[in-house]
Amino acid sequence: MSKAPNFSGPNSAGPIPAVGEPAARITDDASHDASHDASAGDGAGQWPLWEVFSQGEGGAPHEHVGSLHAADAEMALQNARDVYARRGPVVSLWVVPSAAITASPSEEAGPFFDPGADKIYRHPQFYKVPRGLKGF
Amino acid sequence: MTQSETSADSAELFEYLLRLGDDRLVLGHRLSEWCGHGPILEEDIALANIALDLIGQATLYLRLAGETEGKGRNEDALAYFREGVEFRNVQMVELPRGDFAFTIVRQFFFDAYSYHLLEQLLRSTHAELAGIAAKGYKEVRYHLRHSSDWVQRLGDGTEESHARAQKAVDDLWRFTGEMFTPDEIDERMQARGVGADLPAVGKKWHSIVNDVLGRATLSVPAETFMLSGGRKGHTEYLGHMLAEMQIVARSHPGVEW
Repeated sequence: MSKAPNFSGPNSAGPIPAVGEPAARITDDASHDASHDASAGDGAGQWPLWEVFSQGEGGAPHEHVGSLHAADAEMALQNARDVYARRGPVVSLWVVPSAAITASPSEEAGPFFDPGADKIYRHPQFYKVPRGLKGF
Repeated sequence: MTQSETSADSAELFEYLLRLGDDRLVLGHRLSEWCGHGPILEEDIALANIALDLIGQATLYLRLAGETEGKGRNEDALAYFREGVEFRNVQMVELPRGDFAFTIVRQFFFDAYSYHLLEQLLRSTHAELAGIAAKGYKEVRYHLRHSSDWVQRLGDGTEESHARAQKAVDDLWRFTGEMFTPDEIDERMQARGVGADLPAVGKKWHSIVNDVLGRATLSVPAETFMLSGGRKGHTEYLGHMLAEMQIVARSHPGVEW
């Protein structure tokens, strides 16, 4: 339902509107905003965007599963439960305002990451794990 | 354990289970009408989820009802091939969905009722009924949280959301009494330890409702006149709703997928 959002990098001019917004919202005569103050967020009259991370089972890392719009943290958590915890086991959800996330700038991915990639002596790839330890 | 039942006992239990099942079947259907029309994407999914929960609960109650009746009717036969006059839901759940505020306030009124009702049915002496109630209890706690949060956001929100929410409260109030008015069947079921104490449920309902409406800056109507069909008298809306709900099954009776 949403593609990977486009986070702003530390060098950008300001927040970039999220790319992954759902297609035109269906509107009818129902009342729209129920928030105390519809924060500016991104786009005209749009609620703030939140990123959702879910944990499939105890002890596993939380994984990014998508994003949603909500007026506040409580609503974001409930929406995340309805949208992202429908299928498959979920034991924990995190919702984080997208604005709180700083992402590495995509234009500079080369200079940012490549220097590490070609120093193979830093990578622990030549160590053979003893049979007894596999799956530990 | 289930007691060995006389046929009169069975008939009463059948009636009681129809009430539990029909409330949730009809309300689940009304909620499903929002699918594709929700005010925001996430609410569209939330309401559909809640509808599925309710219809799932209804399936269990109606299945048990059919077994109790012992005439070979399963949950589908009861849901799709009964006429409106045979439905035993309260009038509040069959009303058209209205705007989002109306749906949310109605849902909140029902969830507060269902929550306290199921809390009692958990201790029913009828083991299967208690089991079905336990399953629904987990779901209704979330439903109640969802609808009461929204009532507060709508009530304590913008001018428009407050006005619509208040209108919904005013329009729905006269339908709420029916949920807590026991008849002889309710009283006998309660005496047998199978059913719930409706006036007690009503007291807790009023307490939750006053609390949430207060925080939502919404006021409770002063009138005390309550509509009632005794679960046998329905509004004109039920027939239209059932026509839509039942037409596919009735057009192709016996079809399976």
